[in-house]
Amino acid sequence: MITFDQVSVVYDGADRPVLRDVNLSVDEGELCLVVGHTGVGKSTLLGAVNGLVPHFTGGTLYGSVTVDGRDTADHPPRELADVVGVVGQDPLDGFVTDTVEEELAYSMEQLAITPAVMRKRVEETLDLLGLADLRHRALHELSGGQQQRVAIGSVLTAHPRVLVLDEPTSALDPTAAEEVLAAVTRLVHDLGVTVLLAEHRLERVVQYADRVIHLPGDGLVVAGEPSEVFEASSIAPPIVELGRAAGWSPLPLSVRDARRAARPLRTALAGVTPAPVRPAPAAPGADLLTARGVTVAYRGVPAVREVDLGLRAGEVTALMGRNGSGKSSLLWTLQGSGPRTSGTVRVAPGGPGAAGPSKDGDPKKLPAAEARRLVGLVPQTPTDLLYLESVEQELDQADAESWGGSSSGAEGADGAGAPSARALLDRLAPGIDGATHPRDLSEGQKLALVLAIQLTAAPRVLLLDEPTRGLDYRAKTQLIAIVDELAGEGRSVVVSTHDVEFAARAADRVVVLAEGDIVADGPTAEVIVASPVFAPQVAKILSPLPYLTVSQVTSALPGNGEEDA
Amino acid sequence: MARTRPSATGPAAAPAPDTGGRRLPRTLHPVAWWIWALALATAVSRTNNPLLLFLVLAVLGYVVTVRRTEAPWARGFVYYLYLALTVVTIRVAFRAVFATGMRPSDHYLFSLPHIPTPDWYAGIQLGGPVSLEALLSAATDGLRLACMLCCIGAANTLANPKRALRVLPGALYELGVAVTVSISVAPQLVQSVQRVARARRLRAGSRKGLRALRGIVVPVLEDALERSLRLAAAMDSRGYGRAGSATPRSRRLTGALMLLGMCGLCAGAYGLLDPSAPTLLGLPALAAGSLLCLGGLRLGGRRVTRTTYRPDPWRFADWAVASCGVLSAVLLFVNVGYDPAELNPFIERLSWPTLPIVPAAAILLAGAAGFLAPPPGPTTPHAVRRTEEAA
Repeated sequence: MITFDQVSVVYDGADRPVLRDVNLSVDEGELCLVVGHTGVGKSTLLGAVNGLVPHFTGGTLYGSVTVDGRDTADHPPRELADVVGVVGQDPLDGFVTDTVEEELAYSMEQLAITPAVMRKRVEETLDLLGLADLRHRALHELSGGQQQRVAIGSVLTAHPRVLVLDEPTSALDPTAAEEVLAAVTRLVHDLGVTVLLAEHRLERVVQYADRVIHLPGDGLVVAGEPSEVFEASSIAPPIVELGRAAGWSPLPLSVRDARRAARPLRTALAGVTPAPVRPAPAAPGADLLTARGVTVAYRGVPAVREVDLGLRAGEVTALMGRNGSGKSSLLWTLQGSGPRTSGTVRVAPGGPGAAGPSKDGDPKKLPAAEARRLVGLVPQTPTDLLYLESVEQELDQADAESWGGSSSGAEGADGAGAPSARALLDRLAPGIDGATHPRDLSEGQKLALVLAIQLTAAPRVLLLDEPTRGLDYRAKTQLIAIVDELAGEGRSVVVSTHDVEFAARAADRVVVLAEGDIVADGPTAEVIVASPVFAPQVAKILSPLPYLTVSQVTSALPGNGEEDA
Repeated sequence: MARTRPSATGPAAAPAPDTGGRRLPRTLHPVAWWIWALALATAVSRTNNPLLLFLVLAVLGYVVTVRRTEAPWARGFVYYLYLALTVVTIRVAFRAVFATGMRPSDHYLFSLPHIPTPDWYAGIQLGGPVSLEALLSAATDGLRLACMLCCIGAANTLANPKRALRVLPGALYELGVAVTVSISVAPQLVQSVQRVARARRLRAGSRKGLRALRGIVVPVLEDALERSLRLAAAMDSRGYGRAGSATPRSRRLTGALMLLGMCGLCAGAYGLLDPSAPTLLGLPALAAGSLLCLGGLRLGGRRVTRTTYRPDPWRFADWAVASCGVLSAVLLFVNVGYDPAELNPFIERLSWPTLPIVPAAAILLAGAAGFLAPPPGPTTPHAVRRTEEAA
């Protein structure tokens, strides 16, 4: 169906190719998973399938890519629209019309399909993807999962033989992601569509894949059976890591298979109490932030409802809940920049020598410059805060904003050892060139840059709004290390996230929000394991044993523990 | 509204029993609404009789209330009313300030301080005595303009503007797409300005002057640019702009036809409006120009290979609505059965204007569109309100 013959791609101005000598063939009806770290060329590989690379993106493509017998060299993307359907990360970006039905028909209108056939296909697609109730709705009114299903439907109506999905679930919450992936697997099984899928959160999709294309990062491509490729791949979901640690062969890829294979492991681990994921703090820290009865309402509709929350020093809290459950509203109101309808927030002052206010304060009532010395917030789109031409300028600006206002502040900075933004950035993400344009950084680096800017004000409470969105496994591991370190300095860190695996590894405490209420609040192990939906893969495989992460298992395994000792 | 209710409960399952075949709910062809509204606006241009103008407003209000849908664009009529009010106010205020003096027979109302203007500027006075007659004539003038605005507003409210663009001939399709896309981008831009402005506080950046502007404009524009690139990529991969069967020769021919046609149209319009122009410039030039333009559009449309999903049908109701609008305009132009002076009563006499029967009937006839048009299509089950979390 798809053939890559000796394909290399070089972008203009780049000194080395993104893809190098790629030979690949994907058969009809396969679900092919494309895995790799950020920036290794996954999007380039996917874009080459329908000719967006190089027709749209520029650059040079050597070799040839053939789809259903058509060479992309002679066929620009629009001429391949009837063979390849492409769905991107954010469905809203690709919508041309404004209601569901018209969006489904758009591709067919371009392909000049007769009205009678169009009508029939739209009805079929509405049923296939469960969109019939939404047919007249405006696209921007739909939830993220529904939008993404419409986006898939809108390319399906052209009856393409190949579907290319570039991280279709990265902007969705777990339920919405399940919805979309269920739709995709149904297409593969019912219609025999060939699917090429790139996805960061492998734990969700790896069990459905027929084949895995791994991009190790040097421009080369490794393709093969999932269980073979994952034996050696640098990127792997927890289930695969557990399988490798336990030495299972072949590697199980679904929780069901893994539970079968894990029977001996469970007996071996039965008597062992797992080490805590994160070392318990020596003494419970003092309350840094106390919120009482906080309510946020937009035009009378409550987003956060009378929430009581205390944040302690040295603690990492994961804030979970579906999209629209009030996570962002809560974080913004705690920081003082968002609206608050009622309730109180009290933040303990910074340590001795810190430049912030000296007594307890409500960030809402303080000027913005003071509020950010008490509570720092990194918003969902960190780039909203960046507006200068280089990393260097951004960092200087951050120093000026934090300390330049008052001369005593600058002295305080030197005296108390509050580090400069550059020093902070080097600690969080070493080796970023100061001359780089902020937009050219990877997602993880952008996050680190904004984090460094916010940390320049030395807040003791730090709130991160969905920082894991769009991060790959490596970036997430780095983020966990950063969060760990910040908590180690006696700060209180709150991370709102959909990512259970991340929460299991990073957080001491999990708070679950639903419709603006706190429905669960407790130590990570208790909250996460208690619910089958929220449980991380390792917990699902080893339940009823209370293990959450692979590292807990490896350190508890006989042999490993002794070697470490 | 009672008439639309049965449709909302499920048109497919239970066709409204009292309506009969052609009364099934559907949205009227957008062009029908536009013809109706523009014809009414033309009729309005004939009169400044306040009674007739208020009658037009009443008719517009009735038709809009009965036949609009629940869609976002259909909630805009009230803004046109505000705009109309502003027009009248401005008109009256200007008339008061740039006073034109008083005749002995005028009724004195009040006086504004007179500002002397230099001799070479003698045509216009600032301030001075203001008469009731002057204000009334300004108000009726403003009201006429306001009525025309409301006609356009009604068309925009009753017909989905995007669907209206779909009836553009194939050759102008690209233009339609550009407009459609820009309409949908505007709200996104507003949203991202709000988001970035809120995020500024997190950095406690300067909130005044050029610096603050830069802090908002740069991220928003970068965002918008990236988004439009992604949209372009998406449209490209969905088949937008597939080559039809156009050859360079046919494209040149199209261009030439259109250009000539436009020249003909302009010349024709000039000939019709200027009585001193030779008669050959009038209708014949106009007709030739239209023919050439049509030919150009037909030829240009042929290179586009595209179909339309669920095109709006043009049936009896569409004819009825369009023609009742046109008929009322015609009645106001033919001067039959009434004294044309009644359309533009003299303010000077300061008497209550009379209501000429035929023009009033003509305007009421336009109001018949309210029940000639079928009830609007099934209203969408109201959207689950999305929380403002993401905003």
